[in-house]
Amino acid sequence: MADVTMRIWRGDATGGDFENYTIAENEGEVVLDVIHRIQATEAPDLACRWNCKAGKCGSCSAEINGKPRLMCMTRMDDLPDGPVTVTPMKTFPIIRDLVTDVSFNFEMAKRVPALLPPPMPEGGYRMFQQDVERGQEFRKCIECFLCQDVCHVIRDHEENKTNYAGPRFFIRYAELEMHPLDTNDRRELLKEEMGLGYCNITKCCTEVCPEHIHITDNAIIPLKERVVDADYDPVAWIGRKILRRTKKTAAEADVQPKP
Amino acid sequence: MTDSPYEHHVYDVLIIGAGGAGLRAAIEAKQRGLKVGIITKSLLGKAHTVMAEGGIAAAMGNVYSEDNWMVHFRDTMRGGKYLNNNRMAELHAKESPDRVWELEQWGALFDRTKDGKILQRDFGGHRYARLAHVGDRTGLELIRTLQQKVVSMDTDVFMECKVLKLVHDDGGRIAGCVAYWRASGEFVTFEAKTVIIATGGVGKSWKFTSNSWEGTGDGHAMALWAGAKLIDMECIQFHPTGMVWPLSVRGLLVTESVRGDGGVLRNSEGVRFMFNYVPEMFRAETADTEEEGDKWYDDHSAGRRPPELLPRDEVARAINAEVKAGRGSPHGGVFLDIASRRTPEFIRRRLPSMYHQFMELAGVDITKESMEIGPTCHYIMGGVQVIADTAATVVPGLFAAGEAAGGMHGANRLGGNSLSDLVVFGRRAGIGAAEYIEAGDVATSFNMDEAEAAVRESLEPFDRETGENPYTIHHDLQEMMQELVGIIRNGPELEEALTKLDGFTERVKNMSVKGGRAYNPGWNLATDLPAMLTVSRATALGASLRKESRGGHTREDYPNPDPEFAKFNFALSSDGGTWDSPISATESLLLPMPDELKALLEEAH
Repeated sequence: MADVTMRIWRGDATGGDFENYTIAENEGEVVLDVIHRIQATEAPDLACRWNCKAGKCGSCSAEINGKPRLMCMTRMDDLPDGPVTVTPMKTFPIIRDLVTDVSFNFEMAKRVPALLPPPMPEGGYRMFQQDVERGQEFRKCIECFLCQDVCHVIRDHEENKTNYAGPRFFIRYAELEMHPLDTNDRRELLKEEMGLGYCNITKCCTEVCPEHIHITDNAIIPLKERVVDADYDPVAWIGRKILRRTKKTAAEADVQPKP
Repeated sequence: MTDSPYEHHVYDVLIIGAGGAGLRAAIEAKQRGLKVGIITKSLLGKAHTVMAEGGIAAAMGNVYSEDNWMVHFRDTMRGGKYLNNNRMAELHAKESPDRVWELEQWGALFDRTKDGKILQRDFGGHRYARLAHVGDRTGLELIRTLQQKVVSMDTDVFMECKVLKLVHDDGGRIAGCVAYWRASGEFVTFEAKTVIIATGGVGKSWKFTSNSWEGTGDGHAMALWAGAKLIDMECIQFHPTGMVWPLSVRGLLVTESVRGDGGVLRNSEGVRFMFNYVPEMFRAETADTEEEGDKWYDDHSAGRRPPELLPRDEVARAINAEVKAGRGSPHGGVFLDIASRRTPEFIRRRLPSMYHQFMELAGVDITKESMEIGPTCHYIMGGVQVIADTAATVVPGLFAAGEAAGGMHGANRLGGNSLSDLVVFGRRAGIGAAEYIEAGDVATSFNMDEAEAAVRESLEPFDRETGENPYTIHHDLQEMMQELVGIIRNGPELEEALTKLDGFTERVKNMSVKGGRAYNPGWNLATDLPAMLTVSRATALGASLRKESRGGHTREDYPNPDPEFAKFNFALSSDGGTWDSPISATESLLLPMPDELKALLEEAH
């Protein structure tokens, strides 16, 4: 097969530039295979993250020809002819070469109020397949953070990072809110501190999701509706005043259950 | 506090590895009020547990009410060809249902039965449908659930931090470890009363493996260097179904659920060849005809199980034999066919990630075509020798759990018993560590000389102007282990492997690394190689000594099991505590089995 030229961004937080590597292409290879062969020959210190090489761990996220993708699931023969450009995810600070500092996501994960189920009955909980399926869709997430990378709310506005959870965590909140056993209420938190309102549903996140999760349609829009309902629906407001609520607000609930 | 030239942290319980076992251990220790630190080579949530597909075995009896811990115990022992630590197999069978229900309390969403219980699926070697699962991504569910629990408990996690060596106190107790940050290349010392090894497997020493780059046997090797013993290192599981094409994904796992859900194996002549490979031990419980086997999927009382669902060692050997006899697929495997047996809707619902994986990586639609598959190095049954109840090693303060520990699975692991192993013994390691601390006889000092020696050694490759690239050494090691210490072994080849490992040791001592220390994968690999050589040697040594065939260890010069070898494990120890020290072996007698457990094994199937 013909040679291929890889234009790979090399550098660190202080700066960097593209370097070209021309290498033979083998049948059936993905971008990560080619990166590995460059490491094993020309550039042993070329930094990239990877683990499973099967699209299951979400480690090898990068931007290939400008598009956020997993390197292990991007076949070379699916890319157009000509040089292949590989750059690190733009939204996160560079550590080195293709490796970025994704700790923003781990910090956001700490702020998610955990599941708060009732005590488990003898023989386990009863839940039905159609009820768990909504949450299961979101739990397919492999935490590649490509949706966070592509989301313009933080991609173009660094200042939003302190108060915007991003698509990955909106599906986490949606999963918990839709969990058949959960008794926490995270709507106030979503509105006040997680920036749910910043999302203007352009669906960029859904487009890049390697797990094909319907992030916008199945998680963000329903969450927005729940938050709006809680705020503006007078019937629901009166209902909450009169009837006993089954869900507690984040402030009322013991949102971090004792270990 | 110890005066360290490096960044220094102090913990009660230090856990190396953030897969299922490490995270479960952390939760347990944390719940007991201890100060817990977790170190992982990768980011949190990326450990190899994420790759587990089929399910977590637990005799909850949700699908077949006849199931219970006694049947699960029996299946595990038979699958392990009786080399198991019977106390571990007993605890595992008894405790795994509670561990599964606990995951649900922490947020896991398993697939359901019609009446709303956790659904369980069939797998090789399990008499009843026993694997709780989420489609074919159960490992992801397990690790994410544990990860989210650990995060909600505000646990310290050191990500992308690679441990080089364990450190003792002056009295030989474990006192912590020395590591480096991958991002900066800076060194860091951890002082701890207890260390739990939960580092997973060793597969990266083989060419065709389902393991990620992390499976370099760090924990196995570090425990051995620190004075612990390794057992059953010759028992390696070659999973029968790995992808074989395209070459770049050769070895990638294809879940056993394909067979559990009705998939069958065929050779190039279209024959379901597994019917020709039913060993005597499993004949009474295996179907004689395709018709009988097919009835079993819907109702286990209507027929006996099809031979495609024999334990993994049997299936892997059969595939190997078919390929050798010239009845293989175009790329050197055999065919795994579910397309002709189940509807496209069923396949996409039950096996979504397999559908995705073959479609995207091989351009194969598994609802229409057969998959080409062949054996891949998947799991090591062997590991650090531990006390079943506490996960304690012979080194005071050192514990091990999960794939890094040995004994639970004997000579061959049943599918689904790994995820349950992680949570059962991860928890027990947390308890063991807490009890050790409570007893009070813990490390009183931190031997900084040990830490500094490890740091110096790790930096040596930078000082060599000329010398081999670590990638070349790794590549050659994988080729050699695949060829000489693969599925089918023999005496002369194992001797040759041991001699060649001496050569690899010399090459590692002369390798050279280019670039700086910050996120330098070449250097990272260089620091993995000593552990890889240690575990490779341990496997080759165990394999040369075990002159019989049993489970995941097959010798063509000793093709049958030998009852004499069923009485002990080979226990290996390091004669010097460094990575290039010789390794010696002793026979460690199996734990005597109580009569009530013996009775369970003797029951008719």
